Amino acid sequence: MSASTFVRASLAVAAKDLAIEWKTKTAFVSSMVFAVLVLAVLYFARDPTSVATIDVAPGALWVTFTFAAMVGLNRAFLLERENRAMDGLLLTPAPPTAIFVGKVLGNLVFVGVVELASVPLFILFYDLPIGAQLPELLLVMVMATVAFVAVGTLLSAMVVRTRFSEMMLPVLLLPFLVPPVVGAVQLTARILLDRPLSELAGWLKLLAAFDLVFLTLSILLFEATLEE
Amino acid sequence: MIGRDAALRTARRGGVVTVLALLGLAAIYVRALVFTPVERFQGPAQKIFYIHAPAAWAALVAFAITGILSLLYLFLKDRKLDLVAASSAEVGVAFGMVMLTTGPIWGKPIWGTWWTWDARLTSTLFIFLLFVGYLALRNAVTDPGTRAAYSAVIGIMALVLVPFIHVTVYWFRTLHPQPVLVKPSSPSLPGVMLVTLLLSIVVFTVLYVGFTMQRYALAVLRELKAEEVARAVS
Repeated sequence: MSASTFVRASLAVAAKDLAIEWKTKTAFVSSMVFAVLVLAVLYFARDPTSVATIDVAPGALWVTFTFAAMVGLNRAFLLERENRAMDGLLLTPAPPTAIFVGKVLGNLVFVGVVELASVPLFILFYDLPIGAQLPELLLVMVMATVAFVAVGTLLSAMVVRTRFSEMMLPVLLLPFLVPPVVGAVQLTARILLDRPLSELAGWLKLLAAFDLVFLTLSILLFEATLEE
Repeated sequence: MIGRDAALRTARRGGVVTVLALLGLAAIYVRALVFTPVERFQGPAQKIFYIHAPAAWAALVAFAITGILSLLYLFLKDRKLDLVAASSAEVGVAFGMVMLTTGPIWGKPIWGTWWTWDARLTSTLFIFLLFVGYLALRNAVTDPGTRAAYSAVIGIMALVLVPFIHVTVYWFRTLHPQPVLVKPSSPSLPGVMLVTLLLSIVVFTVLYVGFTMQRYALAVLRELKAEEVARAVS
């Protein structure tokens, strides 16, 4: 199989998932509403006389993203569980790895759109003057989202075929999200305070390493989850 | 897959190893409480160290073995590897419980707090939770083949995750006593205490081996039973 057919197969899977989502928008709307609710609730989860919004904002943002991503990630393979659609997908000439990469791409777009749509609300709710730092924040969002989605897609591929699948995903996924979430919160805090780039470098490297390692690992391990 | 008789033999041998380790454990208690001097600054509270550190050691050895066996399973596809990995994880979680309860008991008088988000506490807590998740996943999958494959995937991912968690939490300042045993310079523990600690580590390692052997035999017997039931039904 040549590289271009691999890419085309992956894109086809991603396009299929996104087309299904585009038709109903159920997952998107629920993830969005969920994100807004978490952002709003976390705003009140502090003593306003002693804790400034800027102190809770980074944590609030990433808790919101983590939860919203988790709501969305379950969906990718739930779609394939109905009518055993996964068997159909595997019967196509597309290699399993291409299917997985397609799922990752679809999830990246889905989670990315939810995050992008939440950022203006975040700035509005927490009253943050961050026009200039927005590119840096976006970079952190991209890097952390790749981490969430790579691990989350692999775990959701397994979890949908277990009992209590909705409960299993958070239990398994959250320990894996510790490095990216902690890194992203630290980076966001420094970005909001407009700290120099040198203070960001360490955590950025950690995020980059995590992305690289877990993206590769999840692609390599996906085939092992298909065995019956 | 090994047979019923072999499993029962393993269970018996594991029992013998465990009994020996328990005798060793009793001896360690006596040695630690009676024949090892009281630490000058921490007083009697330091005695718990002879249980806490070896339990942490046994838990981490158990988790490392689970990770390595998971990796081997994906290549060799030997069900025995999966069952040993699972047994090791379960025993590791038990030792992890010992570590996580003895730690705060020591922390309260010495640090003045039951729990603190120090690097080592945080990382061991997350690693512990990771393996609790591993066991939860095993419980949620019914087909043995699928269960083995999923567990192996999680085991390998966990093995890779540990260094990341470690770096992440280490970048928060650490309060935990610095290593006294495994460090670049020579051990900073006085001779008598060092011997007690090392003996205790040996005892806990043997205890781990004994528990895991028995747990493995149990896992094999359970699988055989499940197969028997499946045959009888079909």
